[in-house]
Parts: sequence; C-alpha cells; structure tokens
Amino acid sequence: MNIKRKALLLAVGFVILAGLRLQGRSAASRGKINGAAKIDTTRSLAPYFSPATAKKKTPNPDGFIQRWLLLEPINKPNRSNTVFVDSYLRTAFTIDYFPNQFTVIPKDGEKVKVGEQELTWHALESTNFNMKLFRFAYGLRKQTYGVLFWAVTIVNSPREMKNVRMAVGSNGGSMWWLNGKGAVLLSGDRRMVMDDCVSTRITLNKGKNIIRGAVINGPGMSDFCVRFLDEKGEPVKDLTISTQ
Amino acid sequence: MKFGIKIIGAVALFSIWSTTTVIAQVGKPFIHDPSTITECEGKYYTFGTGGGGLISEDGWTWNGGAVRPGGGAAPDVVKIGDRYLIAYGATGGGLGGGHNGRILTMWNKTLDPKSPDFKYSEAVIVASSDGTEDCDPIDPGLLLDPTDGRLWLSYGTYFGFIQLVELDPKTGKRVEGNKAKNIAIDCEATDLMYQDGWYYLLGTHGTCCDGPNSTYNIVVGRSKKVTGPYLDNMGRDMLKGGGKMVVAAGDRLIGPGHFGRIVVGDGVQKMSCHYEADLDQSGRSVLGIRPLLWKNGWPVAGDNLKAGTYEIESERRGYALELSVDFVRMPGGMRFNRNNDEPVKPVPSQELTDVVKTWPTGNIGVRIGDYMFRPHQKWTITAVPGAGGYLGGPYYKIVIAGTDRALAATADAEVITVPAFTGAPEQLWRIDQFTDGTFRIMPKAVPNSNEKLALVSAGDSTPTLAVYNPNSDNSKWNFKDH
Repeated sequence: MNIKRKALLLAVGFVILAGLRLQGRSAASRGKINGAAKIDTTRSLAPYFSPATAKKKTPNPDGFIQRWLLLEPINKPNRSNTVFVDSYLRTAFTIDYFPNQFTVIPKDGEKVKVGEQELTWHALESTNFNMKLFRFAYGLRKQTYGVLFWAVTIVNSPREMKNVRMAVGSNGGSMWWLNGKGAVLLSGDRRMVMDDCVSTRITLNKGKNIIRGAVINGPGMSDFCVRFLDEKGEPVKDLTISTQ
Repeated sequence: MKFGIKIIGAVALFSIWSTTTVIAQVGKPFIHDPSTITECEGKYYTFGTGGGGLISEDGWTWNGGAVRPGGGAAPDVVKIGDRYLIAYGATGGGLGGGHNGRILTMWNKTLDPKSPDFKYSEAVIVASSDGTEDCDPIDPGLLLDPTDGRLWLSYGTYFGFIQLVELDPKTGKRVEGNKAKNIAIDCEATDLMYQDGWYYLLGTHGTCCDGPNSTYNIVVGRSKKVTGPYLDNMGRDMLKGGGKMVVAAGDRLIGPGHFGRIVVGDGVQKMSCHYEADLDQSGRSVLGIRPLLWKNGWPVAGDNLKAGTYEIESERRGYALELSVDFVRMPGGMRFNRNNDEPVKPVPSQELTDVVKTWPTGNIGVRIGDYMFRPHQKWTITAVPGAGGYLGGPYYKIVIAGTDRALAATADAEVITVPAFTGAPEQLWRIDQFTDGTFRIMPKAVPNSNEKLALVSAGDSTPTLAVYNPNSDNSKWNFKDH
C-alpha cells in the first residue's frame, strides 16, 4: 500500500476517533442533568447478541434468521449516505477486501487482514429479529460509522423449496447472495424495514444453503433483517440455521 | 441543526405567483419542523426549530412573529383547558454528534406575544437519555387523549427507538414512575392522534434536510391502545419499520415532514407539516397545510385543489352545476347500423362559440343537470391573488370556462352568475375537502347575512345556499376534470 493511502487511512482513523471522543465528552457534560454522568466503560455485545451455540436453531416465529457469522467492520469512510446509488454499491461490494470473501465459510474467531485492519469473524445469535450491526461494532469498541460489514450463515432445508423469496431490510445499502448467486440489492440511504426488498423467485436446495451479505453505511445505525417468504408471502420456518 | 426565523413586520398580502397554479401558503411561510398549527384568540400559530415561528390571521397568509424561548428543535403544542403546553427538544447534535437529547415542556396562557398574559413558565425536562441508550429524545409530539384526559408524549429519531411517556396534564411534568415504552423505529418527528376508537402514530421516514433530494415522507400505524403496538396496513409493527403512507412528495413540493392535525370541525380536518423544498419558492423549507382524508380507518393527505376547469358534480344525485340556459343540440343523431368498414374519426366537442350567443348577457341563474361536458357546465376555478384565504386554502373565483361569468352568492342565499368577475366577497369561494374526499363550497360572504352557508343541493336539480350538514350528501360536491 502506498504512503498516500496509508496517510489517508491514518487521517480517517484519527477523524473517526476524534469524533468518538467528542461524543464521549458531550455525554459527560450533559449527562449531569440526570445526576450522575454516565461514562460507558462496560461495553459488550449484550443484550443484543450472545455467542452462537451448536444447539439446533430455527428461524424465529416470524421467520427471521438470527444466527450469523459477522465480520468486524471494514473501514469505509463516507460522510453521507447519499452516495449509495446502485452503481456505487455494485462496485463497493465486488472489490476484494480479503481472500475468498465470496466463498469463505469462516470459523468463529477466524481473523482476516483488510488493509491495515485485522478483523475477526464472530459467530453470534441476536436476541432480536434483526441484527443490529451498530451495536455489534459498538460493543466490540470498533468504529460504528463509515463501515462495511460482511455476514454469512448456513440455512439447512429439509427439502428443495422452489419459488421462495429472500426478504431483506437493511440500514444502509446492502447486497445479498444465495449459494453464490446475487439475490437482492438494497440501494439508497435506507433504513431497516422488514420485507423492504425481496429477491426474484429462487430455490432453496435440500440440505445446505449459504447466505452471504454485505452492508455498508456512512453515519447510520447499521442493521439488517433477513427471512424467506413462500409463494403465498408467508414466512418459511421449517429450516435450521447454523454457522458451521 | 438550527434555522433562524426572521421576524417580519409587514404582512404580505399579494401572491407574486401566477394564478394558474396553487402553491403552499403565501406570505413568508418559511419554517422548519413546525409544531401542530394551533388556534389562539382567532389567530393561528406554529413554532419551529431554532425559536420563533409563524402567525396567521386567516390561516392562508403566514409571517414570522411567533415567540418561543429555549431554542432547540421541533416543538409541539397542545391546548389543555384554557392554557397551552409547549414541548420542544434540545439535542446533542443528531447522528453526527451526541445522542443525549432531552425534551422540555412549558406553559403559556396565550400564544399571542402582544397579549399582556403572554408569559412562558419555566421549562422542565420530561425525558432525556445519556447518549448511549437506544434513543435520542428529540422531536416531541403531544396527545391529550379525548377518551380519558391522559396526556402522552412521543419522541425520538433514527438513532434507536421512538418512545412514549406519560405526562401529567395539570403540570406538564412526567408522571411519577412512568417508564418509557418503545413504539417505533426508522423515523422521527412523530405525532399521535385519536380517531374513532383507534390511536394513530405518525412518523416521518426518509432523509431530512437535503433540499430537493430529501426523501422525507410521513407514514402511520394504528393501535387500539395508546401504548401500542402500532401496526400498518400490512399488519407490520412500526417497531419493525412498518408504516402506511400519509403524504410524500408531489406537485413540486418535496420532503413533507413533522405531521400535525387540526380538527376544523364539521367533517373537515387539516394536517400541517413542512416541505423540505418548495420548488416554487426557491427550494426553501416552507409550512404545508393539506386536507386530511380518512379512507377505511386510515388517514391520508388530500391534494390542494389545482387551478383548472372542472365539472362541479353534486354528490346527492350526480348531476352537474350548470347555467340555466337552453340546451343546444349537437349535430347528428343516433349512429349505428352503418358501414362498419367506414373509418372512424373524432367528432369535435361542442365549443363555447357554438352556444354563447344564445345565452342572456346579464345575470344568469344556476341549476344542476345532466352532465354532458357542455360549455354551460364547465367551470374554471382559480385562486384570486390578494383576496386572502382560510386555513389551508385561498379564496377562488369560479367562472364559466372561457368567460368571465362568475358564480356569486345572492342576498337571499341563492346562487347566480354575474357576467363579469369583480372580486366582490360574494364572488369569492372557500373550498374545503371533507374527510371522505368530497368538497364543501362556501361563499366568502352572503350579502346582508352573517350565517355560515354553503352550496347545497336543495333538490336533485336545484342548488341553494344553506347551513351545511357534513352527514348529508346534499352538502357535498366533487370536482371532475373530464
């Protein structure tokens, strides 16, 4: 990597750090209104996430998939989300950030190098229907804004299911693949709404199916939710979800 | 983000725009994040972000002059008893800055800054966050529940959840022990209202503050209980991003946000908002007022009536308002049983020039008859510049298309047409949309009368001016462009 790019990344990192520090400062000064100022020294993934277990897990009662492998955020500075037009996203999501990014099924704790960053994959289960990536990053003390997240999960189906649709909501832009094929793109400065965008009619294979997703955000509350809908628009629930 | 509101002394009476378009309010209606429009002692008030706000004497022409201390953003107002409770948010700075917002409330006996009773009480904090919680308390919305008198406050923005808390209607303070409840995500500028057994949560989705590229839009969910869950037309919880569209961009107005409802009464409701960019007013953020319609239990914004040529159709029987003149036949009788191979060609409609010489030149009476899109049944409706207006609309003139012959009220509460429009008050018409989508048409004045009368179908074929009844189709009209 050339010096200019290093310097830029350093500058960006500094700006983001400075921004975070500013946040902390204002919280301290204004928190006094309630009495004790709250300085956040106890960050964790709880109560939003817990480590994924090997126990059998189905989608939740509404069909949402809550068990995922999430990669700590890649630095992707953007001061505004207005850049997330289709063409920008198609470029951003097809750059090779790390080796085998479109085929890897990582293990919990596996590390990858992306430029100067060393990032870890986490196998997690969400307590909510959605995956609050902002809270994932915040809990691990990573940058929350100007980010690109990768997500992978394995959907096991008891039989071949034709004419289903992958239904996704995300904050902000995102792209999703099923078994290596592009399924759905969410562009623009979006917020996460359930069943916002759906794929064309696709087929879940009997056995293993891999969902891979990339979510990008500038100054937004990164988040996504995914479920499958059948031909009647009803959630598909007889699946099991695993991260290995 | 603060927007300074200039206080303007002079009241601008003249619209500078052509009369062929209908625009958002006239005067200097520049505001951001307006509070629900509230009436006080015969005038209308709305407060905005930064401080100050707008005042209107008639609801159509707005200028600066409202006074609200405390700075901050996006206030709301509710009248409780004989005084007004004002709420506003003080923010840490939005997504780019801190998220430790707080909501404050204060009282005033009046909203008129010139009144001797004009004095704000000391503002108290009713909700706040520490900057790390899943909420940023800004953008308050107030609801005084008409069923039980309890007072509720919603607040929040895209950072985390929209929350609901309860306030004491006697003090404006937070009820002891009340815990905030999450009721929605993905929105800000929420407001609450009650209608026919349902509570409605309005929220503004999309992007704010981006001029003509703002995608700001207002959606709604409803619940049988004020504490939720608020579901949209797909049964989707607003906690999962649900919401049914109430108003989005259109007619060169972009980015509606910050909903407020005004119940005018007698079947007429209006909504207030701002538009991020009015392309006819330098792309500036302006106050918006629209009719509020109700369709199958869902509120939706009506459109302000566009200038144009219309059939004025009676909802009673469906006949059209027309001049009491001889029906002039078009050439050609019944046409069938001809050679089907003969090519078809258009037949011109009857034109004004075909018939106008058969009409009297003085006053002509008006009746309601079979609509045949004939010249004596087509009315051109345009806003009259400088004639003022009422909440949400200007006074219109209604003339026979292609002429200056104007609909007018008479001293004996009937309707007539006069050969030329002079701008007299009995020739000016107020047009309001009822919540069911039909319209009420009222003269600005009936000579020698103080009664509030409207155009009513006294018979299938006979119009008159009478006290309107919002529950009767006699009082309702449609404008059809066909």
